[in-house]
Amino acid sequence: MGRYVLRRLLQMIPVFIGTTFLIFVMVHALGDPVAALFGDRAPDPAVAAQIRAQYNLNDPLWLQYIKYMGKLFRWDFGTTFSGQTVTSQLAAAYPVTLKLTAVAFTIEVIFGIGLGLLSGLRRGRTADHSVLILTLVVISIPTFVTGYVLQYLVGVKWGILPATVGFDVTLQSLILPGIVLASVSLAYVARLTRTTVAENSRADYVRTATAKGLPKRRVVINHLLRNSLIPVVTFLGTDLGALMGGALVTERIFNIHGVGYTLYQGIVRQSTNTVVGFVTILVIIFLLANLLVDLLYAVLDPRIRYA
Amino acid sequence: MPSATRVRWAVIAVTSAALVATGCSSSNSGSSTNGNGVVRAWWGDPANPLEPANTNEVNGGAVMNMVFAGLVQYDPKTSAPSNANAQSITSSDQQNWTVTLKPGWKFSDGTPVTATSYVDAWNYGALSTNKQVNASFFQYIQGYNDVAPASGSPTAQTMSGLKVVNDSTFTVALSQKFTTWPQTLGYNAYYPLPTTFFTNHAAFLNKPIGDGPYMIQSYTRSQQMQLVPNPDYSGTNKPQNGGINLIVYTDPNAAYSDLQSGALDVDNTLSNTAIKTLAGGPSGGRFLNTPAGIIQTISFPLYQPQWSTANAALVRQGISMAIDRDTIVKTIFTNTRTSATDWTSPVLGDAGGFKAGLCGDLCTYNPTKAKQLIEQGGGIPGGQLTISYNADGPHKDWVDATCNSINTVLGNNNACVGNPIGTFADFRNQITSQKMTGPFRTGWQMDYPLIQDFMQPVYTTTGSSNDSHYNNQAFDNEVNTANAAPDAATSVSDFQTAEKMLVTDVPAIPLWYQNGTVAWSSHVNNVMLDPFSVPVYTEITVS
Repeated sequence: MGRYVLRRLLQMIPVFIGTTFLIFVMVHALGDPVAALFGDRAPDPAVAAQIRAQYNLNDPLWLQYIKYMGKLFRWDFGTTFSGQTVTSQLAAAYPVTLKLTAVAFTIEVIFGIGLGLLSGLRRGRTADHSVLILTLVVISIPTFVTGYVLQYLVGVKWGILPATVGFDVTLQSLILPGIVLASVSLAYVARLTRTTVAENSRADYVRTATAKGLPKRRVVINHLLRNSLIPVVTFLGTDLGALMGGALVTERIFNIHGVGYTLYQGIVRQSTNTVVGFVTILVIIFLLANLLVDLLYAVLDPRIRYA
Repeated sequence: MPSATRVRWAVIAVTSAALVATGCSSSNSGSSTNGNGVVRAWWGDPANPLEPANTNEVNGGAVMNMVFAGLVQYDPKTSAPSNANAQSITSSDQQNWTVTLKPGWKFSDGTPVTATSYVDAWNYGALSTNKQVNASFFQYIQGYNDVAPASGSPTAQTMSGLKVVNDSTFTVALSQKFTTWPQTLGYNAYYPLPTTFFTNHAAFLNKPIGDGPYMIQSYTRSQQMQLVPNPDYSGTNKPQNGGINLIVYTDPNAAYSDLQSGALDVDNTLSNTAIKTLAGGPSGGRFLNTPAGIIQTISFPLYQPQWSTANAALVRQGISMAIDRDTIVKTIFTNTRTSATDWTSPVLGDAGGFKAGLCGDLCTYNPTKAKQLIEQGGGIPGGQLTISYNADGPHKDWVDATCNSINTVLGNNNACVGNPIGTFADFRNQITSQKMTGPFRTGWQMDYPLIQDFMQPVYTTTGSSNDSHYNNQAFDNEVNTANAAPDAATSVSDFQTAEKMLVTDVPAIPLWYQNGTVAWSSHVNNVMLDPFSVPVYTEITVS
């Protein structure tokens, strides 16, 4: 087990270098960012040259990357064109997005698995059909539509919850964006759970457990659900990273100054330091989430072992 | 450094805690308070650090104007310049100026505003190693080329044209005659700086200190800034409210939702949909749509041989006449633009150099003549017209509509197409490195309300924003004559003589003047926009 974890951690190094380099190249492919700093005015050549030198923009790309990585290993993420350090941007944006992700993830797990279980156990009945129709509707409507509609109805028209999140991040203000962010994944989780639960409910071990006279509750939770969760956990694990990176639309609609929005600003302003810094952290989260998922298999199904 | 360590720990904690993300505790409050006459206003994240000579966009500029006061200020209604901190700015030859300051002015940290505050600030702004994006604003001062040479390192640290005479007087020697120079000094690049700017630069950037009507109480980058009235302010624009909370929004629609739900008071970033609703009426009249000092144009790459011939001039004229401005303004922009009839802006007023109809037939939609001129000029160079624009801005709709108008005139659905370029940076880069092959969108937001600002930087051969690389000696000479004119009125009329040359040369087609729009909540009154389309924050009252 320990060796397996170590091997996985070592495998992360090339993945990490590869992804950061790709991002670095992609941001640079957008062109020279210095011109935009001067607005509609042509850059003063003297000043533009000084700025290019400050951000190493005159070096060949590979050298810029090496210089960047060298600093990164000393935990220096550089600064943006507005003079802000990327570390302070990270420290401001990640906690907000983590809160949003936590809310969304909780909603996704509770309602996704709950609805899936309900639907899987009552296959063909009204409850099952309602869940299937509901999830189909959620999947087919784009997130920004759900977002704006919910914001208008709940936030503006009825005034039940705050319309935007803003500076003051409270649990209450995160509920609405959390629902929007979770909605599509929630539908997938529900459908995935429904299928495996329906399949496994006819399995031998479930019949055995029922025949043993175990209470229905124990049969469902300890035997049926536990075995049905493996594909769901795989999905949830990869979805955690996707939620954080994919929060862009939700964050813009609800005025959340999190990872998605800061990343978007970084791309628009071509601040390489911001984009690569944020993506670097996202990559690490994604890799760790995947590792955790793989380790969870063994917890759910003891037959799976790692050497 | 303890604070750096703390940030570092925060990042480490965040990354390692990613998988066990805990719930949400309510963090510090304060932004949503609405007592004591505080106005909550929309704001966008400034693109550059908050230094006067490094701020060239509207979000940073709004703060600069609240926190600083300079030698000159502009009337928010008429754009007329008047002295703010300057007692007098005089010259006998339009080239060597003497500036005298009013006594008793102070920065909000208690230090006095002196001649040195200006001279040091201007020298700092001009020196190329300080990387200030507004450095070129000092180019008319003698010695600018030594502190910001086009190549190589600066050979001097200060400009020879600036001299401190005593605490309240300094002299400025310009490298050319410039009659209207004093009227340019309201721009934020010319604000004075306190000593602390130079001694503790990092602290200043976190919380700029100025001599303006407001001072900064707190500033959280990319989130919000709280401003309160500055008790040391000696000028005439005293705040009529208890302070301004500038709140950064990620999206215009989010701001509008907050305005509707009562969490925001002043919103000057309205989306097209919001404007359509507001112009429709039910907002209780709390909506304003008023001209700003911004003109939008389509420029031609005159450095390309196919666009610089005599025939191409006819084609350029024809294209201008093929654009149905009035219809586009109405349908695409919901009347938040005004069809252009010259190359300046109505906010200048007649005295400032605006002349309605100067453009004449060139700016009048005339399908027959347009087609005739384009054919006479040998058709569109290369057979197809591409209008480039940056795709990260809201330009696609009007570019498509403009092309559509041209196509209809020419009876050819492929005569004109839009050419989106990914980012503003790349777009500007292709323009400044002369890589454009066809026309492209250009916009000019004035720095100060003067016809000079609409002509000299944009259309003189060495102009800092001459994107079409228009090169006309007669035009340059006329601009020089205008700058050397003995008084402002003569100067303005000379500039208009120069402007008339643009009618035949057409380096750029005037499209429309941009309006500023603002909507406000029932909680505030007396909201208006200045000629730069920024709310006049000091005048807003809270009910």
